[in-house]
Amino acid sequence: MLRLTAILTLLAAPALAGGEIWVTNEKDDTISVIDIDSLEVTRTIPTGERPRGITFSHDYSRVYICASDSDAVQVMDPVSGEILHDLPSGEDPEQFVLHPDDRRLYIANEDDAITTVVDTETRRVIEQIDVGIEPEGMAVSPDGKIVITTSETTNMAHWIDTESEAIFANTLVDSRPRHAEFVKDGAELWVSAEIGGTVTVFDTATQAEKAKIHFEIKGVHQDRLQPVGFELTPDGKTAFIALGPANHVAVVDAETYEVEEYLLVGRRVWHMAFDGDHSRLFTTNGVSGDVTVIDVAARKPVKTIKVGRFPWGAAFRPEGG
Amino acid sequence: MRVFGLAALLSLSLGAAAASETTVRVGYLSVERPAPPVLSNLDPDPEDLGLAGARLGLADNATTGKFLGQSWTLMETAVPEGGDALAAARAALAGTPFLVIDAPAETLTAIADLPEAKGALLFNTSAPDAALRDDACRANLLHAIPSDAMRADALAQFLVQRRWSDVALISGGHDSDRAFAGALKASVEKFRLKLVGEKDWIFDADMRRNASAEVPLFTQEFGDHDVLLIADEIGDFGRYVVYNTWLPRPVAGSEELVPQAWAPVVEQWGAAQLQSRFEDLAHRDMTSEDYATWAALRTLGEAVTRTGSDEAGVLRDYILSDAFELAGFKGRPLSFRPWNGQLRQPIPIVTDRAVVATAPLEGFFHQGNELDTLGRDAPESACRAFEEN
Repeated sequence: MLRLTAILTLLAAPALAGGEIWVTNEKDDTISVIDIDSLEVTRTIPTGERPRGITFSHDYSRVYICASDSDAVQVMDPVSGEILHDLPSGEDPEQFVLHPDDRRLYIANEDDAITTVVDTETRRVIEQIDVGIEPEGMAVSPDGKIVITTSETTNMAHWIDTESEAIFANTLVDSRPRHAEFVKDGAELWVSAEIGGTVTVFDTATQAEKAKIHFEIKGVHQDRLQPVGFELTPDGKTAFIALGPANHVAVVDAETYEVEEYLLVGRRVWHMAFDGDHSRLFTTNGVSGDVTVIDVAARKPVKTIKVGRFPWGAAFRPEGG
Repeated sequence: MRVFGLAALLSLSLGAAAASETTVRVGYLSVERPAPPVLSNLDPDPEDLGLAGARLGLADNATTGKFLGQSWTLMETAVPEGGDALAAARAALAGTPFLVIDAPAETLTAIADLPEAKGALLFNTSAPDAALRDDACRANLLHAIPSDAMRADALAQFLVQRRWSDVALISGGHDSDRAFAGALKASVEKFRLKLVGEKDWIFDADMRRNASAEVPLFTQEFGDHDVLLIADEIGDFGRYVVYNTWLPRPVAGSEELVPQAWAPVVEQWGAAQLQSRFEDLAHRDMTSEDYATWAALRTLGEAVTRTGSDEAGVLRDYILSDAFELAGFKGRPLSFRPWNGQLRQPIPIVTDRAVVATAPLEGFFHQGNELDTLGRDAPESACRAFEEN
């Protein structure tokens, strides 16, 4: 979903000088809005219970928020911060992805082993698809034909055909997959496995495993290297991968699949979002309750911003968006 | 570095497994035994203790299995008090080589030694006895429940971290109390704490009425100490000691601050989801016994999925290999110790209301896996049954 945001913001790039990073605080039931020029929290907006996944509509007129413990996806006006309405989401929505049609929302219902497809206009459930236990990671291919749900306890990526809204393939990954993204214009699917400690790279056309990324940090036990969220630069050459309780972000050459550097961030780093020109990356650090700002070109953390308790999701909103 | 190559190789064979329909049958055998009487009526043991965890593990395996052409069934057998556990085990082994067993140590070894159990894969999900992981180990018997030593070591690490180095110990008279007291004393020595005094619980009066009069005097004799340890594994008297000690001291061990395989207060690392799945199924809180049976079933599920095989020998080799890892909602991958078949696992140290710490604690290092700072490590182990296998 963030990749999609990235593509769209690229298209509109000239207009995007400033902007905001929106961060969901899982244990505060709020969103912290960070101004990317001042790098300060300028607004704190109340949400439903346990907000996690967050994404904007293509024109940024609405923001969708998974309020997991309220069993709802909330639709908010980002200007006023008012909740416009809730979408029927199924129980315990954790992550979701907005289809390129800007209309269908694919939602992982963690407690029910279901992926729910909701029409954001009619506010109706289109389909519920049985997936593995504890679905979490959600991705959509840039052409919109494939949606991925990863299930944490079943340890699979489920490949959903968006025309029939049915699974057409299941591929095993290492233990506890958390996040999935189509990268390189959809040619590859990347899936992180938190307990397995790896990121698996699949060839989209064949669903065959193509590579596996491993991590190693001196002085940090292998078991603590738990990849979660990740983002690739728009040229598809560099990946930034959050390593959870290892408190580092790995910088990976996305062509050789080798780690080039590890950047120290806050504690239990979860997810991340680029700003509009992809010069800076914002990571959510769950345990330390802050956001680390990384200078992408220099590959250096440059600032820590205190947000709410247990920041989880992050999304970019352009100025005036 | 763990070996990922094997996992990758094994998962290649998955295609074949997915194509053919397989049914994996698992036996659950519980041997009922009399529960010793306790003073309080507050917490009766649930009827489906352990069994509910096995049912959840089976359901989890089945959900995964449906994408791979596997189905899973659980054959449940309860042996009543005084019943013939070995006959029941034989009958179960006629239907499957995979048995998850809730039974005391001597019954477990007797089952493992049955001719019918040769080549079978048995899981101990309730006996914490040290000997089962040591000189009484059996090559076909794996242990999903932590040993007394693992729990005691977990607590000792916490005491070291807090610098509560002088400990006193009260032990009950049941076998399980004495075994846990022995484990606590061994941990006190291992982690260089100091045992300043040790007493047996001797009262036969009803402590619900007398505790405030008797316990202060009883604990006065210890002299100064930092923490009072209690070995009361059946939950008989420990609750009446808390807040009645001569010196105002924290209580730990079987009471108050307790090292556990699992507890309802564990919620990090996605544990809240396992807890809520369990509650939906069993309508009660998940216990350590339920966690152990769940982990045993999930171990089989993971091994079948990754190897594409349902043969006990193939699964055993994989489970004991470096490639095996189980996501057990405790923040680190779980695996089995190849020298004695014990499931490595973090041990949450809990009160009724919160997880206070999770062992292994920071600063306790191990040349291999930090989880092996808990319990009997390879160099100390007298278990030889796993060597020739």
